Amino acid sequence: MTETYRYIGKPIPRRDAVDIVTGAAEYMDDRKFPGLLHGKVLRSPYAHARIKKIDKSKAEALPGVKAILTWQDIPDYRGGTPRNVRILDSKVRCVGDAVALIAAETEEIAEEALELIDVEYEVLPAVFDIDSALKPGAPAVYDEYPDNILPGGTIIYGPNCLKGVVRGDVEKGFAEAEVIAEGTFGYENIPNAIPPESVGAVAQWQDPDKVTIWGTSQAPYMDKVTLFHVFNRDVDIRSIGSHVGGGFGTKIQCWQVEAYAILLSKAAKRPVKVAFTKEEHIANFVLRLGSRIHARVGMKRDGTLTAIQGTWYVDTGYYSFTTQAQVAIGSGELMIMAQCPNWDLKNHIVVTNRNASGSMRGFGGQELKCSFIPLLSLAMEKAGLDPFEVLKKNFVKPGGGYYWRDGVFYNFRGIDFSKAMDKGAETFGWKEKWKGWLKPTAVDGVKRRGIGVGVHGNADIGEDASEAYVQLGYNGTATIFLCVAEHGTGQKSNYVKMAAEVLKIPPERISMTPADTLVTPFEFGPVGSRGTYAIGSAVINAAENARQQLLEMAAPKLGVTADELDTADGVVFVKNDRAKGIKWRMMGNDRTILGYGRFEPDFTMCNMMMSFVEVEIDTETGKVDLIRVVNATDVGKIIDPQGLEGQLNACFGTAGIDSAIFEETILDRRTGHIVNANMIDYKWRTFSELPVIDHVVLETPFPSHRFHAVGVGEIATSPGPSAVLMAVSNALGTWMHEYPMTPDRVLKALGKIGSKASGKGGTK
Amino acid sequence: MTIKKKNQKRKPVSNSSTIHLTVNGQAYSLNIGSRPGEVETCHTLSHTLRETLGLTGTKISCDNGACGACTVIMDGKAILSCKTLTVECDGKSITTIEGLRDAETGGLDPLQQAFIDNTAFQCGFCTPGMIMTSKALLNENPHPTEEEVKEALSGNFCRCVSHYQVVRSVMSVADKGRQQ
Repeated sequence: MTETYRYIGKPIPRRDAVDIVTGAAEYMDDRKFPGLLHGKVLRSPYAHARIKKIDKSKAEALPGVKAILTWQDIPDYRGGTPRNVRILDSKVRCVGDAVALIAAETEEIAEEALELIDVEYEVLPAVFDIDSALKPGAPAVYDEYPDNILPGGTIIYGPNCLKGVVRGDVEKGFAEAEVIAEGTFGYENIPNAIPPESVGAVAQWQDPDKVTIWGTSQAPYMDKVTLFHVFNRDVDIRSIGSHVGGGFGTKIQCWQVEAYAILLSKAAKRPVKVAFTKEEHIANFVLRLGSRIHARVGMKRDGTLTAIQGTWYVDTGYYSFTTQAQVAIGSGELMIMAQCPNWDLKNHIVVTNRNASGSMRGFGGQELKCSFIPLLSLAMEKAGLDPFEVLKKNFVKPGGGYYWRDGVFYNFRGIDFSKAMDKGAETFGWKEKWKGWLKPTAVDGVKRRGIGVGVHGNADIGEDASEAYVQLGYNGTATIFLCVAEHGTGQKSNYVKMAAEVLKIPPERISMTPADTLVTPFEFGPVGSRGTYAIGSAVINAAENARQQLLEMAAPKLGVTADELDTADGVVFVKNDRAKGIKWRMMGNDRTILGYGRFEPDFTMCNMMMSFVEVEIDTETGKVDLIRVVNATDVGKIIDPQGLEGQLNACFGTAGIDSAIFEETILDRRTGHIVNANMIDYKWRTFSELPVIDHVVLETPFPSHRFHAVGVGEIATSPGPSAVLMAVSNALGTWMHEYPMTPDRVLKALGKIGSKASGKGGTK
Repeated sequence: MTIKKKNQKRKPVSNSSTIHLTVNGQAYSLNIGSRPGEVETCHTLSHTLRETLGLTGTKISCDNGACGACTVIMDGKAILSCKTLTVECDGKSITTIEGLRDAETGGLDPLQQAFIDNTAFQCGFCTPGMIMTSKALLNENPHPTEEEVKEALSGNFCRCVSHYQVVRSVMSVADKGRQQ
């Protein structure tokens, strides 16, 4: 690729850099509102109970309390998928489920008032995991779903939403197989992405039916859409985004906290802020899906897959908003990494009495891979195959394809990722280190090392619609109208870069509107991996559209046709005679050129990330240390080198690799309480234990937009956990079946304490 | 069940007294009391900085002393402002992220510039705390080793994983100091 760019791929400081390092960047909680009230949520101490009576009279009498709402005070507003989850209900379904909402003059008064509300509960038996929820006669979390299984499919993915993978003839596939592995593997530690900024919202109600919300959402326009439906389509919602203190996919959906603020503002007739404490954020926002697969895999001795059959059990906690979508995406993503002609992969979405699972980077696919790759490994072990070769061989290539979320089979028109995978293996030294299945790479006294590899790919690089406007200013400037809240990827700066490249004006001459649904066109938001291709395309198209209008305006003034013209640095000129030009000023200061750009969804391409990991295990203490990581990918074209590095470094955080080593949400299965809902007891990697990380990033042009790039940041976390499970199993010489591989699991596997780690899997 | 956020109960204060603070070189006198603009005995320094003085550059994340987002410098030391009661800060001198720019020129502190040059942030929420912790380290130890930088920052939570770029930034300032 010899194309030269002015700004694309160049290390240009982020536009918000000075604001961030000086503390001027404005996050939701930094905004000031005159007359602001503070909202708090009374939460259930029980995992499952009916509310028999609520007495709020004492709390209402407390000076400074402005509004108290219970389920009896609000209409039957519902969210969730299916839309069956009331904002406040007469039943609570997990510890921490909302019972009442309070708005008061100060946070302290609101907290005091919480304690003055008397609630009489009828405690019900509860279910805390897949096994107890599916047991015949188990208590039902919802009366509507007596077997605790939610219906599959989500309306937003259309009537044929992918609900599993059925293709070819699995019996034939197994008959052709030379090895068959069967087993059960789970990724059920429900880790938490924990963005540093807790979720929250300010709402300002305006009678009779308007409300403005300032949220922590990474997709402010979708807040408007979601809340519109939650409020029965009779409230006009304006949504304004701020700087977002980390999202990691979780902040796609902040509908509950936003709904609390809206209802309280409507009741109190004042602006109300509801900001979750970190404990509420961890215990009552969103966890990863609980994932368990029981399946059979058929394979030829050369690593060709012949059949995949089984059931994926997904524990969504007390309700679902995006789980059906994650099951659809996750199933499609499994096909991307496991090109196989014969499939029968079903799933069950199970509800349980714990905090909800939902959207998080890796969006279903990470959770499924973490369960599936270990099973696939059993087959590879039986066939004596190198996992790197098998994963490379079975990843989708031109000529291959997959079902995607709408139930349609897509022929893949992306690139062959084998080159990036090979380069990654070379950088890691895979061939030298690989000693065979269940064999350590090195043993040194009580220390053993092992290696593993995982892979992930996501066709949501082109999911959902995006729209943008680009307005040109007569003095050689431009403004991008786009509903994107900067949540850390640096994409807002990248959209400016893209527009700057199209218009050939310096990025400093381009402004961007705040993310405000009153000002901008529709935007699904920078979620999944769609930021670069989908949103980028909308901005590029808008800039190109504006540019074309400009050239057409200039053409008669220069006596040529528009296609003979180009523009750079605020001047339109004749391509063959650069001396013949006219400044953008020719448009006059009383005219607006407004370009419109739209991206239509395109599911025909995916991204790819392969992670190689090396771990060292102390067989005396059972501690697993992450020694080295190499991530390999191909992004088509690097837009922002430093931002990309940051995104890829993220592989261990946000419930990524470390969810295989120590990150977990610990649920007390007697009471349903999450016992580590704080940042001391929920473990996270510190500066003192940073592994050596290298990234292999190739730039093979994609047929995406004019810069040939695709997004990849989202999936940095996804291939790592299963690679760690493989590495630990190899180091220990025995299969691990559960995450995370904490010292007690390791010591159990070594036979040093208790019984051997639960051996649910097996080969035949 | 969630842990209650505030460790202290609200106590009505009858006999109003005053706390004197210097924040970013500016002297403040704050009355102790429960009226708007006053400091309640349960108020943390982070709360006072953000809500009473309007200095929202200091971030609150865990509000429980675990994550370092609220780090400010008090009398030369990095402290967790969420675990410090304002009533205990009488006579103290505090520097927040807003106070790092050169008071006369308005220029960025070399550490702030290094964070920009190395894109040592993603979402940026932990950045003020990271910079204040690093600043306190460099004040005490102008030429730290990489290990010392990591040790100093080990109480600062960054979920986007900008750690590597943060270490690079701090080391670039430390090395510059060493050359001089």
